[in-house]
Amino acid sequence: MTEQAPVNALHIENVTMQFGGVVSVNNLTLDVPEHSIIALIGPNGAGKTTAFNCITGVYQPTNGLIEFMGKPMVRNYPKGKDLKNYLGEEKDKYRSLPVLSPTPDEITKLGIARTFQNIRLWKSMTVFENVLTAKHMRADQNVFSATFRGNLSEEKRMREETMELLNEQGLQEYKDELATSLPYGLQRRLEIARALATDPKLLLLDEPAAGMNPQETLQLAEFVRTIRDKYKLTVFLIEHHMDLVMNISDYIYVIDFGSEIAQGLPKDIQTNQKVIEAYLGVADEQ
Amino acid sequence: MTEKKNYRPTILLIAGLLIFVIILENIRSVFPWLPQIFDPMSPLFTVLKKAAVYSLVAVSMNLLNGFTGLFSLGQAGFMLLGAYTYAILTVPSELKDQVYYLFGGCAFQFSIVDFFKGIFGAGGAGGAFSMVLGCIIALILAGTVAGFFAFLIGFPVLRLKSDYLVIATLGFAEILRAFFQWQRLGPITNGANMIKGFPTFSSFNITDGSGRTILQLSTFIPFLVTTICIAIIVLLINSSYGRAFKSIRDDEIASEAMGIRLFSHKMLSFVISSFFAGVGGGLFAMYVANAQAKAFTSTMTYELLLIVVIGGIGSVSGSVIATFLYVACSEWWLRFLDSEQYIGGFKVPLLRNGFRMVVFSVVIMIIVLFFSKGIMGNREINIAALLDRKKTGKDKAKK
Repeated sequence: MTEQAPVNALHIENVTMQFGGVVSVNNLTLDVPEHSIIALIGPNGAGKTTAFNCITGVYQPTNGLIEFMGKPMVRNYPKGKDLKNYLGEEKDKYRSLPVLSPTPDEITKLGIARTFQNIRLWKSMTVFENVLTAKHMRADQNVFSATFRGNLSEEKRMREETMELLNEQGLQEYKDELATSLPYGLQRRLEIARALATDPKLLLLDEPAAGMNPQETLQLAEFVRTIRDKYKLTVFLIEHHMDLVMNISDYIYVIDFGSEIAQGLPKDIQTNQKVIEAYLGVADEQ
Repeated sequence: MTEKKNYRPTILLIAGLLIFVIILENIRSVFPWLPQIFDPMSPLFTVLKKAAVYSLVAVSMNLLNGFTGLFSLGQAGFMLLGAYTYAILTVPSELKDQVYYLFGGCAFQFSIVDFFKGIFGAGGAGGAFSMVLGCIIALILAGTVAGFFAFLIGFPVLRLKSDYLVIATLGFAEILRAFFQWQRLGPITNGANMIKGFPTFSSFNITDGSGRTILQLSTFIPFLVTTICIAIIVLLINSSYGRAFKSIRDDEIASEAMGIRLFSHKMLSFVISSFFAGVGGGLFAMYVANAQAKAFTSTMTYELLLIVVIGGIGSVSGSVIATFLYVACSEWWLRFLDSEQYIGGFKVPLLRNGFRMVVFSVVIMIIVLFFSKGIMGNREINIAALLDRKKTGKDKAKK
């Protein structure tokens, strides 16, 4: 394929997520170009994780459109009671178009994988099994061929790929240990490995550096870059850790109270007055 | 690469166990001086037969409750479906009028066994072969009917979570039990009466021309069927689908985010579990030599649940061990609790009819409070590893 104008891996347009009278995400519009690392930052409760949950299908946004690789993936408009209480904007823009609301597994199948803010590894499984199980979605077998071992080469391939992935992440020595017995930093790394096992095109990282020390954070930045290049990924991350964000992102979106307050290159964001106010508060308010 | 597990010792052990069962039930015909306990009619064999049947249902329940994390109590209902399907399909045509005499004969004259007898001949080897083949197919159909019903009720029921799922499945089982006793359905289900006359475990005993038993197989048959079914369940659990089931148990949200379709996997587990419960129901009908809805009460499900909890939720070998222990206790070892006992003229207090259940209740409480993981937790017996350990132990001793 020849290089054309950069395609957006993810394109979010007018996404509003309203819970009752609370607007968690308000008219969010952003683009994640292919092969880039984009960060979404904002103070606690700004609606970052809600935005992620809209992208991954955990929530159905009240209004808006999400396109993945140039194709509409999620689309909705407020109806009924939602419409009556709707506080957002652009409530009629998508009314003429059919509603799209894929389930999380369908979205993962399209090629979006995620990690979780509060690590969600499968507790009773070993490190190896955690990654191997994530390969289930792409496995070419049905329940009969799997049970009666009709497709041994498939199982062998899955195991080999899992081992390869673990070797790359430096987790091979822990492969038979319970996932939850790993140190925190490695659990985060395992969650990324597990997400990679689903063969994603877009990787969503929800606060990957939470609870890490500066040393680990530095390693993580390097690690995210490496996997981006290796797997030709696009990375979209939520982070609180400014060191990490400024270090790795190509472009930053800042939201507060659900709405975008700034966007720009890392160096511009650092000096943006609005962002500083959102994070530190305005002087006369105190 | 992870090293391949060594299955050979396990397979050999199970094969050895099956052969041992055959020897055990025939040993008294060779050595008549052996104690009464080896008589095929003794409680030992009743326990073995019942435990073999129950262990299949317990493992199927464990697949759903322990491995997929769907807490369902519909097992007795699916067993009922299996038992009736098996019974209705295998009662010989000429016995149907007699069995269904209250309803003026059966509306369903077809009998699989007769059908095969029509093909392979009714006498001698042909007749035996038709009976075996008919029973196998009837058991598979018993499972299929149970699985089909699970599929139907799965659509509404599997959208429920935890306690609500328990109530819905329990209710389903109770409705089925009432429904099968409905007089209007008499020509098919024989109403509240039992269906009998179909091939049972003792029909598999090999007899000579004069009707004398040459080879007892009545305990071997349930063992064989159960072993095959449990082997299939174990293969499933160790496959990619089994891992997906376990992931759903551990964390649904993570599974969904990793592309595992929750609903279809839950449905799959529910249908497969019910299929084997149905086969277990068919075996149960063979064990008690009749099929009647009254037997499949919720108490039966609780018994099975107790077995699963004692054995360890999430352990197949635990369920099997617990089944044999539980059935042996309830049918044999603890029977004495139910009748008045005298020790040298002294009447032991408390012992009377029903006291056994009191003891069981206390045992349940102790297990839930202090040994909530059961006998095995979620581990399995790994025979290869056990042998290895012994070997290394011996090697060390040599040094």
